[in-house]
Amino acid sequence: MSHLYLIAQIAGRAVAIDSEQVESVVDIGEVTAVPRASQHVRGLAALRSRVVTVVDTQSALGMAGGSPARRAVITHVEGHHYAMLVDALDDVAPFDLLPLAHGVTLDPAWRGAGRGIVERDGEPILAIDLASLVPGHAGIN
Amino acid sequence: MDDLLQEFIAETRETLEALSGEIVAWEAHPADRARLDAIFRFVHTVKGSCGFLDLPRLGRLSHAAEDVLAQVRDGKRAPDRALVNAVLAVVDRIGELVEAIESGTGLDDSGDELLVAALAEGAEEIAHAGPIVSRAPARSVRLNVDLLDRMMSGMSDMVLARNELARRLRQGEVDPAIEAALERLSLTVGEMRDTVTRTRMQKIDALFSALPRMVRDTAAGLGKSVMLQVEGSDVELDREMIEVMRDPLVHIIRNSIDHGIEAPAERRAGGKRENGRLSVSARQSGNQIIIEIADDGRGIDTERLIQKLVAQGRDEAKLRSLSNRAKLDLVFEPGLSSKDVVSEVSGRGVGMDVVRAAIEQIGGRVELDSNPGKGLRLAIHVPLTLSIISTIVVGVDGQRFAIPRQSIEEIVTERGDAIRVDTIGGSPVATVRERRMPLIHLADMLGLPATTARDEGGQMLAIVSVSEGSYALAVDTVLDNEELVIKPASPAVMSTGLYAGQTLPDSGLPMLLLDCAGMAKAASLDFSRDSQQLFEEEEEVEAAQGLPALLFRDLDGVRRAVPLAAVDRVEQVDAANVRFAAGRFRVTIDERILPLAAHGDLDGLERINVLRLKDGTNEVSYAIDEAADIVLLPEEIAPAREPGPIAGVVLVEGEQIELVDMLWIFDEHAEREVEDAPPLCLISGDNDGWMASFVKPLLEASGYRVALRLAPGETPAVVLSTEENQGAMGSPAPVVRLRKKRASGGSGDDSVYRYDRAGLLSALEARVSGKAGR
Repeated sequence: MSHLYLIAQIAGRAVAIDSEQVESVVDIGEVTAVPRASQHVRGLAALRSRVVTVVDTQSALGMAGGSPARRAVITHVEGHHYAMLVDALDDVAPFDLLPLAHGVTLDPAWRGAGRGIVERDGEPILAIDLASLVPGHAGIN
Repeated sequence: MDDLLQEFIAETRETLEALSGEIVAWEAHPADRARLDAIFRFVHTVKGSCGFLDLPRLGRLSHAAEDVLAQVRDGKRAPDRALVNAVLAVVDRIGELVEAIESGTGLDDSGDELLVAALAEGAEEIAHAGPIVSRAPARSVRLNVDLLDRMMSGMSDMVLARNELARRLRQGEVDPAIEAALERLSLTVGEMRDTVTRTRMQKIDALFSALPRMVRDTAAGLGKSVMLQVEGSDVELDREMIEVMRDPLVHIIRNSIDHGIEAPAERRAGGKRENGRLSVSARQSGNQIIIEIADDGRGIDTERLIQKLVAQGRDEAKLRSLSNRAKLDLVFEPGLSSKDVVSEVSGRGVGMDVVRAAIEQIGGRVELDSNPGKGLRLAIHVPLTLSIISTIVVGVDGQRFAIPRQSIEEIVTERGDAIRVDTIGGSPVATVRERRMPLIHLADMLGLPATTARDEGGQMLAIVSVSEGSYALAVDTVLDNEELVIKPASPAVMSTGLYAGQTLPDSGLPMLLLDCAGMAKAASLDFSRDSQQLFEEEEEVEAAQGLPALLFRDLDGVRRAVPLAAVDRVEQVDAANVRFAAGRFRVTIDERILPLAAHGDLDGLERINVLRLKDGTNEVSYAIDEAADIVLLPEEIAPAREPGPIAGVVLVEGEQIELVDMLWIFDEHAEREVEDAPPLCLISGDNDGWMASFVKPLLEASGYRVALRLAPGETPAVVLSTEENQGAMGSPAPVVRLRKKRASGGSGDDSVYRYDRAGLLSALEARVSGKAGR
């Protein structure tokens, strides 16, 4: 069954994010640092009257964090709002979620987040679960 | 109280509306348990509220209905048509009364008794007419919380938009007229925000203000005396939470007074003060509000709980194998009332299970800490979904953080007099006016670089108190005092253990609220020494009960001690008030005559210091020269060689001090109290009236009630008779005979010579207690 996916760039790679996980896409403003929090937490940002926790997705995927990205996908996980930093946004389109090809092993960093693949013009794109990138929730920490 | 009444009316009215469907359904299916429970809860709530709103009529009606419904719930009565009608009539009347209270009109109460009577089993069915209600226009409205939430967030957006606008305007040349308009807008927005916030927030005082009255009335109704201590009334809480907390809090407090705190006599016997103590406090801790209800009653009797549950058919072995904590939690089992007698106060059925369910519904939890015989501490933890906290904003390394105002004792500058910062064994320590405490550098705690302010010693120290102790928190600057709306932060932020929540001040830049207790924990501050000390001190006081003594110089110049527990007070009396009368010294104090014991000469004194000694019922005064000190007596006492006014000698600071024997003093000096039911002594065969005139006063002085003939139904404890009167008395009571001759009549003669006072009294006593006699 076709589902709407957001195709974004994280850590230099294209990923597909289930549109149901996406509340909005914003450019975040000034970020308040949260000392001592997980390094995946970039800080807090104000989104209208809401305070969101900004997650450095690159770092959450186990890569060097600190990308200058300001664009973020807002997602809602267990009662809290998170701004997941993305490098760029490509597209929103319906796709079918396919299982990973047999025998393919993902890089450990991506393994926890990968949910399957979608095919865009023959190019396979990893579909990820944003919630698994949120520190303090199931998945990577 | 007006607010409370208004709220009660609004709530009752609303419940009634919601209940009308249930009532119809129950009428159709009287066996429906869920409907029954709903109606039961309604009358129970009304009953509870009436208790402290002083609405006796409503109280009587709801209590009666509750009784009947409880019987139905227990299966003792079948919900037949008559019963259903009667209950519905009561519910309708409650509605009418509530409307009458609201509109301030009276309502004839002649029907009430009829309604109550109709509830009785076998009562005639009453015609159930629907309520005829004339409603007064409501003065309060109830709103959906979602609506308020939307209003709140809209308001915040408006504030931020205003800030943005102001920023942009200031970048260029601004027309003064526009500036003035912006100023006005700012002011209005600010006021508006306050108002909107208040719609959501309420001081917990709204819950607490009704407590003193309720506690007093509840306690009085049970013949108990309870001292209530309320703390933290100004903690603000989400209105929704306050509403949810109201009933549980009332239940818990009533339970405390009804089941926890013992009757005065029992407390006295248990060595507690007669007045029970109840403390209710609210405080914000981390991302929670903690409401604590502590009493010094008997605690939870887990044994009783288990027995009750077993009686209800639960597996005993399983219950017994539970941990202590789990056993305590049994109190939350449904259908459990830890008291067998149903009282107006706690009722039954609506118990701790409902309390816990209500609190869990808002994401809170209840913690119990029972100390059998000593008291129960019940802590309700409510999540801080939204709260306004008065904070101090501090800056470190250019970043701002908020600290709850409540946890800051004071703020001093590092450069101030009487303030030292040292390093002891690698740990920073602050000394503020002789008070030494651990120091935490906020920058270190947060892993931020040290700033110049620290190197130059120009930091500010906030003295922070957490429940275990205090510490100093060093920050670069103290910026502001701000009321902030605090919301919980995401788990990723909270997991640091350093923050209590996040907030969005007017600057539009999010700010974190520091968790003072969390920081103490993260810095591994060890307050256990302090608390150990406190604990030991407490222990000492407890262990020393009865041991503290008053040291005084006696009239004969000797220093003596008397147990402090026995001393009611020390008073000075005029020597003129002391008289040697009826065989002993007596003193007039407060228009009463007290026996006066003295160890020395009273002559020549104008004023006399007296110790007023009390043993609970008797009072004796003891003349002294002057009181010296209060000392703690050692356990070792060298006893006196023979019984007398001195019990023994103790060593106090190297000095031998005589300890006054309280037993002896009271035995010797206290007025003989007439016993509640003195034994009845029947004087029989007193033909010449000798016994009535000579012996009767002696007997009465010795605590007997004397009768010359028996009133119908009376049985004498002992009969006093004469030698001559040998005939059968027709009474089973033992007999003491008096003889006129001094010499005994032989070995079989157990009569007593009539002038042998001691002999007579001991013979009487022996007969009464059944030790001797025939």
